[in-house]
Amino acid sequence: MKESVANAKKIPLKNYFKNAYKYRYLVQEIVRKNIKLQYRDSFLGMFWTFLQPLFTMIVLVLIFSRVFGKSDSGVVCYPVYVLCGRLIYECFSQSTKRAMRSIRNSASVIKKVYVPKYVYPLSNVIANFVTFLISLTVLFVVFAFFYIFQRDMHPDLVLSWKFLLIVVPIALLFLLSIGCGMILSVLNVFFKDIEYIYEVFCMLLFYITPVFYSIDSLNLGSNAWFAYVLKANPLYWIVDLLRSCVLVEGFAWNWTGFFYTLGFSVVSIIIGVYFFFKKQDKFILHI
Amino acid sequence: MAKPAVVVDHVSILFNLNSEKIDNIKEYFIKLITRKLHYTEFWALKDVSFTVNKGERIGILGFNGAGKSTLLKTVAGVLKPTKGSVTVSGVIAPLLELGAGFDMNYSGKENIFLYGATMGYSRKYIESKYDEIVEFSELGDFINVPLKNYSSGMRARLGFAIATAVEPDVLILDEVLSVGDAKFRKKSEDKVRSMFDKGVTVLFVSHSTDQVRRLCNKAIILKKGEIIASGEVNEVCAKYDEIVNKK
Repeated sequence: MKESVANAKKIPLKNYFKNAYKYRYLVQEIVRKNIKLQYRDSFLGMFWTFLQPLFTMIVLVLIFSRVFGKSDSGVVCYPVYVLCGRLIYECFSQSTKRAMRSIRNSASVIKKVYVPKYVYPLSNVIANFVTFLISLTVLFVVFAFFYIFQRDMHPDLVLSWKFLLIVVPIALLFLLSIGCGMILSVLNVFFKDIEYIYEVFCMLLFYITPVFYSIDSLNLGSNAWFAYVLKANPLYWIVDLLRSCVLVEGFAWNWTGFFYTLGFSVVSIIIGVYFFFKKQDKFILHI
Repeated sequence: MAKPAVVVDHVSILFNLNSEKIDNIKEYFIKLITRKLHYTEFWALKDVSFTVNKGERIGILGFNGAGKSTLLKTVAGVLKPTKGSVTVSGVIAPLLELGAGFDMNYSGKENIFLYGATMGYSRKYIESKYDEIVEFSELGDFINVPLKNYSSGMRARLGFAIATAVEPDVLILDEVLSVGDAKFRKKSEDKVRSMFDKGVTVLFVSHSTDQVRRLCNKAIILKKGEIIASGEVNEVCAKYDEIVNKK
Protein backbone atom coordinates (compact mmCIF):
# COMPACT_ATOMS: atom_id res chain seq x y z
CA MET A 1 0.00 0.00 0.00
CA LYS A 2 1.29 3.40 -0.95
CA GLU A 3 1.56 6.01 1.67
CA SER A 4 2.01 9.71 1.29
CA VAL A 5 3.11 11.92 4.10
CA ALA A 6 3.03 15.67 4.09
CA ASN A 7 4.45 17.45 7.04
CA ALA A 8 6.25 20.56 8.04
CA LYS A 9 9.57 18.72 8.02
CA LYS A 10 11.62 17.71 4.99
CA ILE A 11 10.53 14.82 2.85
CA PRO A 12 13.30 12.24 2.37
CA LEU A 13 14.97 12.32 -1.01
CA LYS A 14 14.01 8.71 -1.70
CA ASN A 15 10.35 9.68 -1.81
CA TYR A 16 11.08 12.33 -4.40
CA PHE A 17 12.48 9.76 -6.78
CA LYS A 18 9.60 7.38 -6.15
CA ASN A 19 7.22 10.20 -6.90
CA ALA A 20 9.11 11.28 -9.99
CA TYR A 21 8.82 7.77 -11.37
CA LYS A 22 5.08 7.71 -10.74
CA TYR A 23 4.55 11.00 -12.53
CA ARG A 24 6.49 10.10 -15.68
CA TYR A 25 3.13 9.55 -17.35
CA LEU A 26 2.21 13.16 -16.66
CA VAL A 27 5.43 14.35 -18.29
CA GLN A 28 4.58 12.17 -21.30
CA GLU A 29 1.04 13.49 -21.51
CA ILE A 30 2.04 17.15 -21.24
CA VAL A 31 4.75 16.72 -23.86
CA ARG A 32 2.19 15.04 -26.12
CA LYS A 33 -0.32 17.79 -25.45
CA ASN A 34 2.07 20.64 -26.17
CA ILE A 35 3.19 19.12 -29.44
CA LYS A 36 -0.34 18.27 -30.54
CA LEU A 37 -1.77 21.65 -29.67
CA GLN A 38 1.07 23.73 -31.03
CA TYR A 39 0.03 23.51 -34.65
CA ARG A 40 -3.56 22.35 -34.24
CA ASP A 41 -5.99 24.34 -36.40
CA SER A 42 -3.19 25.63 -38.62
CA PHE A 43 -3.50 24.61 -42.25
CA LEU A 44 0.02 23.25 -42.71
CA GLY A 45 0.24 21.85 -39.18
CA MET A 46 3.49 20.07 -38.36
CA PHE A 47 5.12 21.38 -41.57
CA TRP A 48 5.63 24.68 -39.81
CA THR A 49 8.31 23.11 -37.62
CA PHE A 50 10.61 23.07 -40.64
CA LEU A 51 9.07 25.79 -42.75
CA GLN A 52 9.57 28.40 -40.04
CA PRO A 53 13.33 27.96 -39.60
CA LEU A 54 13.71 27.65 -43.38
CA PHE A 55 11.94 30.95 -44.01
CA THR A 56 13.75 32.83 -41.25
CA MET A 57 17.02 31.47 -42.63
CA ILE A 58 16.15 32.82 -46.09
CA VAL A 59 15.28 36.22 -44.59
CA LEU A 60 18.53 36.38 -42.60
CA VAL A 61 20.62 35.28 -45.57
CA LEU A 62 18.99 37.82 -47.89
CA ILE A 63 19.45 40.65 -45.42
CA PHE A 64 22.94 39.93 -44.18
CA SER A 65 24.62 38.68 -47.31
CA ARG A 66 22.87 40.89 -49.86
CA VAL A 67 21.55 44.03 -48.19
CA PHE A 68 24.22 44.68 -45.56
CA GLY A 69 26.87 42.60 -47.30
CA LYS A 70 30.15 41.22 -45.97
CA SER A 71 28.67 39.10 -43.17
CA ASP A 72 29.29 35.94 -45.15
CA SER A 73 33.00 36.52 -45.73
CA GLY A 74 35.17 33.70 -44.45
CA VAL A 75 32.22 31.40 -43.91
CA VAL A 76 32.09 28.08 -45.72
CA CYS A 77 28.41 28.02 -46.59
CA TYR A 78 26.52 31.01 -45.26
CA PRO A 79 22.94 29.61 -45.38
CA VAL A 80 23.95 26.52 -43.39
CA TYR A 81 25.99 28.72 -41.05
CA VAL A 82 22.99 30.96 -40.36
CA LEU A 83 20.65 28.02 -39.98
CA CYS A 84 22.85 26.41 -37.29
CA GLY A 85 22.80 29.59 -35.25
CA ARG A 86 19.14 30.31 -35.68
CA LEU A 87 18.06 26.75 -34.78
CA ILE A 88 20.04 26.77 -31.54
CA TYR A 89 19.01 30.29 -30.55
CA GLU A 90 15.34 29.69 -31.30
CA CYS A 91 15.27 26.41 -29.42
CA PHE A 92 16.86 27.93 -26.34
CA SER A 93 14.70 31.05 -26.27
CA GLN A 94 11.47 29.16 -26.94
CA SER A 95 12.04 26.41 -24.39
CA THR A 96 13.12 28.79 -21.64
CA LYS A 97 10.20 31.11 -22.35
CA ARG A 98 7.75 28.26 -22.21
CA ALA A 99 9.30 26.83 -19.07
CA MET A 100 9.16 30.27 -17.50
CA ARG A 101 5.42 30.58 -18.03
CA SER A 102 4.67 26.92 -17.28
CA ILE A 103 4.03 27.22 -13.54
CA ARG A 104 1.72 30.19 -13.89
CA ASN A 105 -0.10 28.62 -16.81
CA SER A 106 -0.79 25.49 -14.77
CA ALA A 107 -1.98 27.42 -11.73
CA SER A 108 -5.46 25.91 -11.93
CA VAL A 109 -4.05 22.39 -11.61
CA ILE A 110 -1.36 23.15 -9.04
CA LYS A 111 -3.89 24.83 -6.77
CA LYS A 112 -6.19 21.84 -6.72
CA VAL A 113 -4.39 18.59 -7.29
CA TYR A 114 -1.07 17.43 -5.91
CA VAL A 115 1.47 17.17 -8.70
CA PRO A 116 5.24 17.48 -8.46
CA LYS A 117 5.70 20.97 -9.78
CA TYR A 118 8.95 20.43 -11.67
CA VAL A 119 6.88 18.38 -14.11
CA TYR A 120 5.76 21.60 -15.77
CA PRO A 121 9.04 23.32 -16.67
CA LEU A 122 10.58 19.94 -17.49
CA SER A 123 7.85 18.78 -19.84
CA ASN A 124 7.70 22.16 -21.58
CA VAL A 125 11.41 22.01 -22.32
CA ILE A 126 11.10 18.41 -23.52
CA ALA A 127 8.14 19.24 -25.77
CA ASN A 128 10.05 22.10 -27.29
CA PHE A 129 13.01 19.81 -27.84
CA VAL A 130 10.92 17.29 -29.72
CA THR A 131 9.84 19.95 -32.20
CA PHE A 132 13.44 21.17 -32.32
CA LEU A 133 14.64 17.69 -33.26
CA ILE A 134 12.06 17.53 -36.01
CA SER A 135 13.13 20.94 -37.24
CA LEU A 136 16.72 19.67 -37.50
CA THR A 137 15.66 17.87 -40.68
CA VAL A 138 15.69 21.26 -42.35
CA LEU A 139 19.40 21.49 -41.53
CA PHE A 140 20.01 18.17 -43.25
CA VAL A 141 17.90 19.20 -46.23
CA VAL A 142 19.62 22.56 -46.69
CA PHE A 143 23.03 20.95 -46.21
CA ALA A 144 22.21 18.26 -48.77
CA PHE A 145 20.93 20.88 -51.19
CA PHE A 146 24.21 22.80 -51.13
CA TYR A 147 26.30 19.63 -51.05
CA ILE A 148 24.62 18.13 -54.10
CA PHE A 149 23.59 21.06 -56.28
CA GLN A 150 25.91 23.93 -55.31
CA ARG A 151 29.13 21.98 -54.86
CA ASP A 152 31.10 24.17 -57.24
CA MET A 153 30.16 27.34 -55.29
CA HIS A 154 31.02 25.83 -51.91
CA PRO A 155 34.02 23.57 -52.51
CA ASP A 156 34.88 23.45 -48.80
CA LEU A 157 31.64 21.79 -47.85
CA VAL A 158 32.41 18.25 -46.72
CA LEU A 159 30.26 15.49 -45.41
CA SER A 160 31.98 13.34 -42.80
CA TRP A 161 31.28 11.13 -39.81
CA LYS A 162 31.58 14.26 -37.68
CA PHE A 163 28.03 15.15 -38.59
CA LEU A 164 26.96 12.57 -36.01
CA LEU A 165 28.67 14.58 -33.27
CA ILE A 166 25.87 17.15 -33.40
CA VAL A 167 24.28 15.19 -30.57
CA VAL A 168 26.88 16.73 -28.23
CA PRO A 169 25.91 20.40 -28.70
CA ILE A 170 22.26 19.34 -28.68
CA ALA A 171 22.70 17.57 -25.34
CA LEU A 172 24.45 20.64 -23.93
CA LEU A 173 21.61 22.82 -25.18
CA PHE A 174 19.12 20.55 -23.46
CA LEU A 175 20.88 20.75 -20.10
CA LEU A 176 21.25 24.50 -20.37
CA SER A 177 17.58 24.98 -21.28
CA ILE A 178 16.41 22.89 -18.33
CA GLY A 179 18.62 24.74 -15.88
CA CYS A 180 17.70 28.21 -17.12
CA GLY A 181 14.06 27.21 -17.56
CA MET A 182 13.77 26.09 -13.94
CA ILE A 183 15.38 29.25 -12.59
CA LEU A 184 13.10 31.42 -14.74
CA SER A 185 9.97 29.49 -13.79
CA VAL A 186 10.66 30.11 -10.08
CA LEU A 187 11.42 33.78 -10.64
CA ASN A 188 8.27 34.21 -12.70
CA VAL A 189 6.10 32.89 -9.89
CA PHE A 190 7.31 35.58 -7.53
CA PHE A 191 7.89 38.40 -10.00
CA LYS A 192 5.86 38.52 -13.14
CA ASP A 193 8.10 41.31 -14.44
CA ILE A 194 10.62 38.66 -15.43
CA GLU A 195 8.47 37.83 -18.44
CA TYR A 196 8.95 41.29 -19.91
CA ILE A 197 12.58 41.60 -18.92
CA TYR A 198 13.36 38.22 -20.42
CA GLU A 199 11.73 39.22 -23.70
CA VAL A 200 14.24 42.05 -24.04
CA PHE A 201 17.06 39.82 -22.82
CA CYS A 202 16.27 37.32 -25.58
CA MET A 203 16.60 40.05 -28.16
CA LEU A 204 20.00 40.91 -26.72
CA LEU A 205 20.89 37.23 -26.75
CA PHE A 206 20.04 37.01 -30.43
CA TYR A 207 22.55 39.73 -31.25
CA ILE A 208 25.35 38.57 -28.96
CA THR A 209 25.04 35.00 -30.20
CA PRO A 210 26.78 34.92 -33.57
CA VAL A 211 23.76 33.79 -35.55
CA PHE A 212 24.39 35.82 -38.69
CA TYR A 213 28.02 36.94 -38.16
CA SER A 214 31.21 35.36 -36.94
CA ILE A 215 33.26 36.74 -34.07
CA ASP A 216 36.45 36.52 -36.14
CA SER A 217 35.04 38.81 -38.82
CA LEU A 218 34.07 41.48 -36.31
CA ASN A 219 36.18 44.59 -36.47
CA LEU A 220 36.42 45.31 -32.78
CA GLY A 221 39.57 47.43 -32.83
CA SER A 222 40.16 48.94 -29.42
CA ASN A 223 37.12 47.11 -28.04
CA ALA A 224 38.82 43.74 -28.10
CA TRP A 225 37.46 42.99 -24.62
CA PHE A 226 34.06 42.72 -26.22
CA ALA A 227 35.09 39.40 -27.76
CA TYR A 228 35.39 38.03 -24.20
CA VAL A 229 31.89 39.17 -23.41
CA LEU A 230 30.62 37.37 -26.49
CA LYS A 231 32.54 34.25 -25.57
CA ALA A 232 31.15 34.20 -22.04
CA ASN A 233 27.81 33.34 -23.59
CA PRO A 234 27.35 29.55 -23.47
CA LEU A 235 25.09 29.68 -26.52
CA TYR A 236 28.05 30.96 -28.51
CA TRP A 237 29.93 27.76 -27.76
CA ILE A 238 26.97 25.53 -28.48
CA VAL A 239 26.50 27.19 -31.86
CA ASP A 240 30.25 26.99 -32.43
CA LEU A 241 30.34 23.26 -31.63
CA LEU A 242 27.39 22.58 -33.91
CA ARG A 243 29.06 24.48 -36.74
CA SER A 244 32.34 22.68 -36.27
CA CYS A 245 30.45 19.39 -36.63
CA VAL A 246 28.62 20.47 -39.76
CA LEU A 247 30.87 22.90 -41.57
CA VAL A 248 34.50 22.45 -40.60
CA GLU A 249 36.73 19.84 -42.13
CA GLY A 250 38.75 17.73 -39.73
CA PHE A 251 38.33 17.53 -36.00
CA ALA A 252 38.43 21.16 -34.85
CA TRP A 253 36.63 20.70 -31.59
CA ASN A 254 37.03 23.54 -29.11
CA TRP A 255 37.56 21.70 -25.83
CA THR A 256 37.72 24.84 -23.72
CA GLY A 257 34.36 25.89 -25.09
CA PHE A 258 32.96 22.43 -24.55
CA PHE A 259 33.98 22.23 -20.90
CA TYR A 260 32.98 25.83 -20.23
CA THR A 261 29.48 25.19 -21.62
CA LEU A 262 29.16 21.86 -19.84
CA GLY A 263 30.15 23.50 -16.56
CA PHE A 264 27.80 26.40 -17.15
CA SER A 265 24.88 24.06 -17.89
CA VAL A 266 25.52 21.83 -14.89
CA VAL A 267 25.79 24.83 -12.58
CA SER A 268 22.57 26.29 -13.98
CA ILE A 269 20.81 22.97 -13.32
CA ILE A 270 22.15 22.79 -9.77
CA ILE A 271 21.03 26.36 -9.05
CA GLY A 272 17.71 25.75 -10.78
CA VAL A 273 16.93 22.53 -8.92
CA TYR A 274 18.04 23.91 -5.56
CA PHE A 275 16.07 27.09 -6.02
CA PHE A 276 13.02 25.22 -7.29
CA PHE A 277 12.82 22.70 -4.45
CA LYS A 278 13.48 25.38 -1.88
CA LYS A 279 10.68 27.59 -3.11
CA GLN A 280 8.12 25.18 -4.54
CA ASP A 281 5.94 24.98 -1.44
CA LYS A 282 5.42 28.73 -1.65
CA PHE A 283 4.27 28.66 -5.29
CA ILE A 284 0.68 28.07 -4.36
CA LEU A 285 0.53 31.27 -2.33
CA HIS A 286 1.64 33.38 -5.27
CA ILE A 287 -0.06 32.00 -8.36
CA MET B 1 -6.98 -3.23 13.39
CA ALA B 2 -6.27 -1.87 9.92
CA LYS B 3 -4.14 1.18 9.41
CA PRO B 4 -6.19 4.39 9.36
CA ALA B 5 -6.66 5.87 5.90
CA VAL B 6 -6.09 9.49 6.82
CA VAL B 7 -4.34 10.81 9.90
CA VAL B 8 -4.36 14.56 10.42
CA ASP B 9 -2.01 15.24 13.28
CA HIS B 10 -2.02 18.68 14.96
CA VAL B 11 -2.11 20.53 11.67
CA SER B 12 -1.86 24.29 11.60
CA ILE B 13 -1.65 26.43 8.52
CA LEU B 14 -0.42 29.98 8.45
CA PHE B 15 -1.07 32.41 5.65
CA ASN B 16 0.69 35.71 5.36
CA LEU B 17 -1.87 38.13 4.16
CA ASN B 18 -0.28 41.24 2.84
CA SER B 19 -2.56 44.20 2.79
CA GLU B 20 -1.44 45.04 -0.73
CA LYS B 21 -0.35 42.40 -3.15
CA ILE B 22 3.26 42.90 -4.17
CA ASP B 23 4.12 41.17 -7.36
CA ASN B 24 6.70 43.29 -9.04
CA ILE B 25 10.35 43.75 -8.25
CA LYS B 26 10.30 47.53 -8.00
CA GLU B 27 7.59 47.60 -5.37
CA TYR B 28 9.21 44.73 -3.50
CA PHE B 29 12.54 46.49 -3.17
CA ILE B 30 11.01 49.82 -2.28
CA LYS B 31 9.02 48.16 0.47
CA LEU B 32 11.97 46.05 1.57
CA ILE B 33 14.23 49.06 1.90
CA THR B 34 11.64 51.25 3.54
CA ARG B 35 10.73 48.29 5.78
CA LYS B 36 7.10 48.48 4.87
CA LEU B 37 6.94 44.80 4.07
CA HIS B 38 4.57 43.69 6.76
CA TYR B 39 2.23 40.84 6.69
CA THR B 40 -0.82 40.05 8.71
CA GLU B 41 -0.64 36.57 10.12
CA PHE B 42 -3.68 34.46 9.57
CA TRP B 43 -4.05 30.94 10.88
CA ALA B 44 -6.41 29.19 8.47
CA LEU B 45 -6.21 25.98 10.52
CA LYS B 46 -5.36 25.83 14.19
CA ASP B 47 -4.16 22.57 15.65
CA VAL B 48 -6.59 20.34 13.78
CA SER B 49 -6.36 16.62 14.53
CA PHE B 50 -8.54 13.76 13.45
CA THR B 51 -8.26 10.24 12.16
CA VAL B 52 -10.32 8.63 9.44
CA ASN B 53 -10.30 4.85 9.39
CA LYS B 54 -10.51 2.89 6.20
CA GLY B 55 -14.05 2.78 4.86
CA GLU B 56 -15.28 5.66 6.98
CA ARG B 57 -17.05 8.58 5.39
CA ILE B 58 -16.49 11.83 7.11
CA GLY B 59 -18.49 14.97 6.41
CA ILE B 60 -16.87 18.34 6.99
CA LEU B 61 -19.26 21.12 7.88
CA GLY B 62 -18.65 24.78 8.46
CA PHE B 63 -19.45 28.26 7.25
CA ASN B 64 -17.64 30.03 4.44
CA GLY B 65 -14.06 30.73 5.43
CA ALA B 66 -14.02 28.17 8.22
CA GLY B 67 -11.07 26.39 6.61
CA LYS B 68 -12.84 23.47 4.99
CA SER B 69 -11.20 23.80 1.60
CA THR B 70 -7.85 24.52 3.21
CA LEU B 71 -8.18 21.31 5.18
CA LEU B 72 -9.01 19.29 2.07
CA LYS B 73 -6.15 20.87 0.15
CA THR B 74 -3.81 19.88 2.96
CA VAL B 75 -5.05 16.30 2.89
CA ALA B 76 -4.71 16.26 -0.91
CA GLY B 77 -1.09 17.38 -0.54
CA VAL B 78 -1.51 20.68 -2.35
CA LEU B 79 -0.82 22.76 0.73
CA LYS B 80 1.97 21.91 3.12
CA PRO B 81 1.10 22.27 6.78
CA THR B 82 3.01 24.93 8.68
CA LYS B 83 2.94 22.69 11.75
CA GLY B 84 1.96 19.08 12.21
CA SER B 85 1.59 16.37 9.60
CA VAL B 86 -0.89 14.61 7.35
CA THR B 87 -0.52 10.93 6.53
CA VAL B 88 -2.60 9.33 3.81
CA SER B 89 -2.51 5.60 3.06
CA GLY B 90 -3.38 4.57 -0.44
CA VAL B 91 -4.29 6.29 -3.67
CA ILE B 92 -6.03 9.57 -3.23
CA ALA B 93 -8.38 11.07 -5.82
CA PRO B 94 -8.90 14.73 -5.23
CA LEU B 95 -12.14 16.07 -6.58
CA LEU B 96 -11.55 19.49 -5.14
CA GLU B 97 -12.94 21.18 -8.17
CA LEU B 98 -13.88 19.12 -11.13
CA GLY B 99 -11.90 19.55 -14.26
CA ALA B 100 -8.86 21.19 -12.68
CA GLY B 101 -6.52 19.21 -14.92
CA PHE B 102 -8.38 19.84 -18.15
CA ASP B 103 -7.11 21.67 -21.19
CA MET B 104 -9.80 23.60 -23.03
CA ASN B 105 -8.32 23.12 -26.50
CA TYR B 106 -8.06 19.40 -26.05
CA SER B 107 -10.92 17.06 -26.93
CA GLY B 108 -12.78 15.14 -24.25
CA LYS B 109 -10.98 11.95 -25.16
CA GLU B 110 -7.53 13.49 -24.94
CA ASN B 111 -8.47 15.14 -21.67
CA ILE B 112 -9.32 11.79 -20.13
CA PHE B 113 -5.71 10.71 -20.52
CA LEU B 114 -4.34 14.07 -19.42
CA TYR B 115 -6.49 14.14 -16.29
CA GLY B 116 -5.62 10.53 -15.54
CA ALA B 117 -1.92 11.33 -15.80
CA THR B 118 -2.40 14.34 -13.52
CA MET B 119 -3.59 11.89 -10.91
CA GLY B 120 -0.60 9.68 -11.62
CA TYR B 121 -2.15 6.95 -13.74
CA SER B 122 -0.61 5.41 -16.83
CA ARG B 123 -2.09 5.68 -20.30
CA LYS B 124 -2.56 1.93 -20.36
CA TYR B 125 -4.54 1.92 -17.13
CA ILE B 126 -6.78 4.77 -18.28
CA GLU B 127 -7.34 2.96 -21.60
CA SER B 128 -8.74 0.03 -19.68
CA LYS B 129 -11.17 2.40 -17.94
CA TYR B 130 -11.92 4.47 -21.02
CA ASP B 131 -15.24 2.90 -22.03
CA GLU B 132 -16.53 3.06 -18.48
CA ILE B 133 -15.65 6.76 -18.25
CA VAL B 134 -17.31 7.66 -21.55
CA GLU B 135 -20.39 5.69 -20.67
CA PHE B 136 -20.77 7.20 -17.22
CA SER B 137 -20.22 10.74 -18.44
CA GLU B 138 -23.01 10.29 -21.04
CA LEU B 139 -21.07 12.41 -23.49
CA GLY B 140 -21.48 10.10 -26.49
CA ASP B 141 -20.18 11.69 -29.69
CA PHE B 142 -19.16 14.86 -27.85
CA ILE B 143 -16.12 13.01 -26.56
CA ASN B 144 -14.17 14.06 -29.67
CA VAL B 145 -15.15 17.72 -29.43
CA PRO B 146 -12.73 20.24 -27.84
CA LEU B 147 -13.58 20.96 -24.25
CA LYS B 148 -14.06 24.67 -24.86
CA ASN B 149 -17.33 23.81 -26.58
CA TYR B 150 -18.66 21.84 -23.60
CA SER B 151 -21.23 23.15 -21.19
CA SER B 152 -20.13 23.38 -17.57
CA GLY B 153 -22.35 20.41 -16.72
CA MET B 154 -20.68 18.31 -19.39
CA ARG B 155 -17.25 19.20 -18.05
CA ALA B 156 -18.28 18.33 -14.52
CA ARG B 157 -19.70 15.01 -15.67
CA LEU B 158 -16.48 14.10 -17.45
CA GLY B 159 -14.36 15.07 -14.45
CA PHE B 160 -16.51 13.11 -12.05
CA ALA B 161 -16.51 10.08 -14.34
CA ILE B 162 -12.71 10.02 -14.52
CA ALA B 163 -12.07 10.59 -10.82
CA THR B 164 -14.42 7.83 -9.73
CA ALA B 165 -13.47 5.34 -12.45
CA VAL B 166 -9.89 5.03 -11.21
CA GLU B 167 -11.07 3.38 -7.98
CA PRO B 168 -9.17 5.48 -5.47
CA ASP B 169 -8.74 4.48 -1.83
CA VAL B 170 -9.52 7.96 -0.59
CA LEU B 171 -11.98 10.22 -2.33
CA ILE B 172 -12.07 13.93 -1.58
CA LEU B 173 -15.32 15.62 -2.54
CA ASP B 174 -15.54 19.38 -2.22
CA GLU B 175 -19.12 20.37 -2.94
CA VAL B 176 -18.86 18.55 -6.23
CA LEU B 177 -22.08 16.68 -5.83
CA SER B 178 -23.98 19.91 -6.26
CA VAL B 179 -23.09 20.25 -9.94
CA GLY B 180 -24.98 19.02 -12.95
CA ASP B 181 -28.68 18.44 -13.30
CA ALA B 182 -30.79 16.55 -10.80
CA LYS B 183 -30.51 13.35 -12.78
CA PHE B 184 -26.75 13.39 -12.86
CA ARG B 185 -26.59 14.43 -9.22
CA LYS B 186 -28.53 11.35 -8.27
CA LYS B 187 -26.42 9.19 -10.51
CA SER B 188 -23.20 10.50 -9.01
CA GLU B 189 -24.48 10.04 -5.48
CA ASP B 190 -25.32 6.45 -6.36
CA LYS B 191 -21.87 6.01 -7.81
CA VAL B 192 -20.21 7.32 -4.65
CA ARG B 193 -22.43 5.07 -2.55
CA SER B 194 -21.50 2.06 -4.68
CA MET B 195 -17.87 2.89 -3.95
CA PHE B 196 -18.62 2.64 -0.23
CA ASP B 197 -19.16 -1.07 -0.66
CA LYS B 198 -15.65 -1.39 -2.02
CA GLY B 199 -14.36 0.21 1.16
CA VAL B 200 -13.51 3.66 -0.13
CA THR B 201 -12.75 6.36 2.41
CA VAL B 202 -14.49 9.66 1.77
CA LEU B 203 -13.87 13.19 2.91
CA PHE B 204 -16.90 15.21 1.96
CA VAL B 205 -17.48 18.94 2.22
CA SER B 206 -20.99 20.23 1.91
CA HIS B 207 -23.30 22.91 3.20
CA SER B 208 -26.25 20.59 3.12
CA THR B 209 -26.65 18.54 6.28
CA ASP B 210 -29.16 16.36 4.44
CA GLN B 211 -26.52 15.34 1.95
CA VAL B 212 -23.98 14.74 4.71
CA ARG B 213 -26.48 12.57 6.60
CA ARG B 214 -27.16 10.58 3.44
CA LEU B 215 -23.54 9.92 2.55
CA CYS B 216 -21.46 10.04 5.70
CA ASN B 217 -21.26 8.15 8.96
CA LYS B 218 -19.09 10.66 10.80
CA ALA B 219 -18.81 14.40 10.72
CA ILE B 220 -16.81 17.31 12.04
CA ILE B 221 -17.61 21.01 12.31
CA LEU B 222 -14.94 23.58 11.62
CA LYS B 223 -15.17 27.10 12.92
CA LYS B 224 -12.45 29.66 12.22
CA GLY B 225 -9.90 26.94 11.65
CA GLU B 226 -10.72 24.87 14.73
CA ILE B 227 -12.71 21.72 15.19
CA ILE B 228 -15.61 22.56 17.46
CA ALA B 229 -17.44 19.27 17.20
CA SER B 230 -16.80 15.80 15.90
CA GLY B 231 -18.41 12.43 16.16
CA GLU B 232 -21.34 10.45 14.84
CA VAL B 233 -23.02 12.05 11.84
CA ASN B 234 -26.55 12.64 13.17
CA GLU B 235 -25.32 14.17 16.40
CA VAL B 236 -22.95 16.55 14.67
CA CYS B 237 -25.44 17.48 11.98
CA ALA B 238 -28.05 18.28 14.63
CA LYS B 239 -25.54 20.51 16.33
CA TYR B 240 -24.71 22.22 13.05
CA ASP B 241 -28.39 22.84 12.29
CA GLU B 242 -28.70 24.31 15.76
CA ILE B 243 -25.83 26.74 15.12
CA VAL B 244 -27.30 27.70 11.77
CA ASN B 245 -30.74 28.36 13.26
CA LYS B 246 -29.33 30.44 16.08
CA LYS B 247 -27.89 32.99 13.67
